Amino acid sequence: MSEKEAMFSKKNLRLLTDPIGSQNPITVQVLGICSALAVTAQIKPAIVMTLSVMVVLALSNVIISLLRNSIPNRIRIIVQLVIVAALVILVDQVLKAFVYDVSKQLSVFVGLIITNCIIMGRLEAFALGNKPWPAFLDGIGNAAGYGVILVIVAFFRELLGSGTLFGFQIIPEGFYNFGYANNGLMVLSPMALITVAIIIWVQRYRKRDLIEANK
Amino acid sequence: MKGQGIKNFFDTHRPKFEKGGKLHPFQSVFEGMESFLYVSDATTRKGSHIRDSIDLKRTMIFVVIALVPTLLFGMYNIGYQHFHAIGTFADSTFWQVFIYGALRLLPSLIISYVVGLGVEFAFAQIKGHEINEGYLVSGILIPLVLPINTPLWMTAVAVVFSVVIAKEAFGGTGMNIWNPALIARAFLFFAYPSQMSGESVWIRLGSEQAIDGFSGATPLGLALTGIVDYDIMDAFWGFIPGSIGETSTFAILLGAAFLIITGIGSWKIMFSVVLGGLTTGLLLNIFAVNAFMEIPFWHHLF
Repeated sequence: MSEKEAMFSKKNLRLLTDPIGSQNPITVQVLGICSALAVTAQIKPAIVMTLSVMVVLALSNVIISLLRNSIPNRIRIIVQLVIVAALVILVDQVLKAFVYDVSKQLSVFVGLIITNCIIMGRLEAFALGNKPWPAFLDGIGNAAGYGVILVIVAFFRELLGSGTLFGFQIIPEGFYNFGYANNGLMVLSPMALITVAIIIWVQRYRKRDLIEANK
Repeated sequence: MKGQGIKNFFDTHRPKFEKGGKLHPFQSVFEGMESFLYVSDATTRKGSHIRDSIDLKRTMIFVVIALVPTLLFGMYNIGYQHFHAIGTFADSTFWQVFIYGALRLLPSLIISYVVGLGVEFAFAQIKGHEINEGYLVSGILIPLVLPINTPLWMTAVAVVFSVVIAKEAFGGTGMNIWNPALIARAFLFFAYPSQMSGESVWIRLGSEQAIDGFSGATPLGLALTGIVDYDIMDAFWGFIPGSIGETSTFAILLGAAFLIITGIGSWKIMFSVVLGGLTTGLLLNIFAVNAFMEIPFWHHLF
């Protein structure tokens, strides 16, 4: 590419929007499922988790992309891990300093961002072969796609499992007096998996070209 | 001829349900009703297959018949437990007891069938296949594996969950890897544990008061406290608190015998289940560390 590309060219914008829909990291690439199960019992931790992943993914994508021509191929995984680990520690410290209660709720899962398959997957698949700016957009886009699913799952799990949203009571008291009860299964992680499965089901029902060919 | 009249009804109204007809959205309902009443006359067009006139619907009807003793006894036991709890059993007639139970069980049966068949019909229509008859059995089984005090809306939610997630997601009747009725039970157990266990869910009291010193605990619940005060024959006949269809070993054996004699059920599978249960019970007996695990292993059969 000799010509200078516009910052928000069509191709670059697709890097942002594709992961939210047809290239969604969770429902299409099926990456990062584990943390989707762990942090989606309520919306607030899900959003904080999304933002943390976004920071880590965007920055590590940029850094790896800057270093891509000087990293020896044989030790690239170690280099990636060092960079991701450093960023995760930074994020963890920031969370502890400013939103301590959420940080406690997320506990080990912030540290475990390092094992989130989305991060290593995007570093390997995209950042190693692209310039910093597209790599940055790819990071933001994938984290956003991850976040959209996390928030949808957390919305249903919190509403049906605890009757609240963002910690505020949504289901009126009167319902409980009529015999309504919170669904305890929604709070358990298997239900997160089933909710993700239903989202995958609905998405593929509406976009038939996402359905894998029958082998 | 009376039967011929119904046949004519189906024949005259069929065009309305075919593609392009006014009532096409209900085609699967129409077809389901027709093949429910009449033996299918569909023949194989290619190859040398023989079609048995016993299709899935006839098979499932046999299972439903096998469930009838359990269902009837369950109804009686609801009343039996109720009148015992309020202390007036000696003054009640058999029919009072039975009808009390039948009226309490009927709403959950109806809810189970209406909701479950509704979901089945909707899926059959959207996916363009025939209605699966598996739900005829699940529709009875689901109320029978639940405590009598389960709220109706919970039954409905469990039915939707089990039909959609445990059955349709896998491809419908015959493709499901779990029994939908048991998935409904497991769903309710984890979702609303306070309604599925404890001492107050097994016996319908209604507006009446229980007599002093009455406990609604099941034999298994009592075993935890070290009391074994139930008669093993009561457990065999079914006069103990528990889920509606689960208490009477005798009624279940009647159903099993019917299934084996008609060749619908496999005695090998039933025997394996019993053997597996006995072995697990025996293992727990050997390594027993509490009153639960000390229950003699053969008691679990009753």
